[in-house]
Amino acid sequence: MGATGLSVILIIAVIVLMLVIIIIGGKNQMSWEFLTSFPKEGMTKGGIFPAIYGTALMVIIMSVAAVPFGVITAIYLTEYAKESSWIAKGVQFAVRTLSMVPSIIFGLFGLGFFIKFVGGGMDKVFFGGQITWAQPNILWASLTMALLTLPVVIVSVEESIHSVPRDLREASLALGATKWQTILKVVLPGSRSGILTGTILAVSRGAGEVAPILFTGAAYYLATLPHSLSDQFMSLGYHIYIMSTQSVNVDQTLPIQFATTLVLLLLTFTLNFIAVIIRSRLRRAH
Amino acid sequence: MALNSISMDIPEKQVTALIGPSGCGKSTYLRTLNRMNDLIPGVRITGEVLVDEFNIYNKNVDSVNLRKNVGMVFQKSNPFAKSIFENVAYGPKINGMHDRKKLTEIVELSLQRAAIWEEVKDRLHDSALGLSGGQQQRLCIARTLAVDPEIILMDEPASALDPLSTSKIEELIFQLKTNYTIIIVTHNMQQAARVSDNTAFFYLGELIEHGKTKKIFTNPDKKQTEDYITGRFG
Repeated sequence: MGATGLSVILIIAVIVLMLVIIIIGGKNQMSWEFLTSFPKEGMTKGGIFPAIYGTALMVIIMSVAAVPFGVITAIYLTEYAKESSWIAKGVQFAVRTLSMVPSIIFGLFGLGFFIKFVGGGMDKVFFGGQITWAQPNILWASLTMALLTLPVVIVSVEESIHSVPRDLREASLALGATKWQTILKVVLPGSRSGILTGTILAVSRGAGEVAPILFTGAAYYLATLPHSLSDQFMSLGYHIYIMSTQSVNVDQTLPIQFATTLVLLLLTFTLNFIAVIIRSRLRRAH
Repeated sequence: MALNSISMDIPEKQVTALIGPSGCGKSTYLRTLNRMNDLIPGVRITGEVLVDEFNIYNKNVDSVNLRKNVGMVFQKSNPFAKSIFENVAYGPKINGMHDRKKLTEIVELSLQRAAIWEEVKDRLHDSALGLSGGQQQRLCIARTLAVDPEIILMDEPASALDPLSTSKIEELIFQLKTNYTIIIVTHNMQQAARVSDNTAFFYLGELIEHGKTKKIFTNPDKKQTEDYITGRFG
């Protein structure tokens, strides 16, 4: 008990300390203008609007890719695959492995697969070799991030599909519904909150990761917002990284770094908090 | 649960009750009649079930179509988390019926037949989960009727209900048998005696005896049946 209590206090102390440092460091910088304006004067002044916008756009494209794919995979694993079949075991193993791969590896994979292979192929076939898609952009970054967050979606949806009572499936089947109709009309509506939770957790994870977008689409500084899938983008996490390592004046930009960190933290905390609430409601409902 | 060479005739437009102690195989047998057991991994079924001289275990039979003809009401009422209307309309809808006017007619007729129309007619678009247990079970019966089956299987439909709701369900079964063939599994001896025309007694996966309810309850051929009915075991 003593050891447990001590470690709990230690963990809470670390979190509180971190928060306090970030809040103190960033509070003077935080303003409506900071959130809504572009960086100015070599990114030593001004706001972080393009980074917020880029992060939001990236996680939206990521969700559009990861959620349907994750839901379909989860349906396959829970409803169609026989647990003992090698293909189901293979998919399960792949999902588990995917969630353990270091995020920088996803970044390298995205560079090799999406940019060089897919993008390069597209350029050769459609653009006569002119480099259009074979370079970092928001699409490749979002797809790379989708791969990283896919396990989060799959596990969350799987869990909620399992929580749909057997009674309801039987009721549907007994009325002459096919298995697929039952999945569409009873199982998936019953898993709505799980799908939502999975999406939110994926978004929260994707918003904070930097390594996967490092080579695949994040930009140091852009004077305009991305307006096409083949444009690069600025992102909050990457912004913090470059401000603290490659800024023209690291000390001068310290408040901006803290304030950006605070924005990112608030964003992921809020998303996680919402996910926790939805999940606990789901548990209570069953 | 294993069943052993069961063979029995189930007369049309009558109520047949399946009785026996827990785990005797009566629910399993009931579930062979709409091929619900097919869904259980590792199940092995041999023999045939003839409906109107037609073997439902024939390779060419689509179990999905079969279930439209053989409806089922479960032990625990299991309405969908949808409105009362949508619950009843579910079956017709998945069968391709989308004409709103016709759906409304089917829903009303089914709810009337299930003797719940008067109670829910003013709140058809409220959630079905807000109904009482007994109402939910009658809603589930209405949902089954909406698909227009010939045969209705009922797996202890009143075992989770209070006496008043139970008697409503029993009354309903009595009315329904003019149009439907009903097979009901029950733990309740009095219920079997009250609602059924025929009774089959199951024990340890075997069909011990079946025949007219009156005869089974007053003058059974087998000692086991008599012991069970008089409450000496089970």
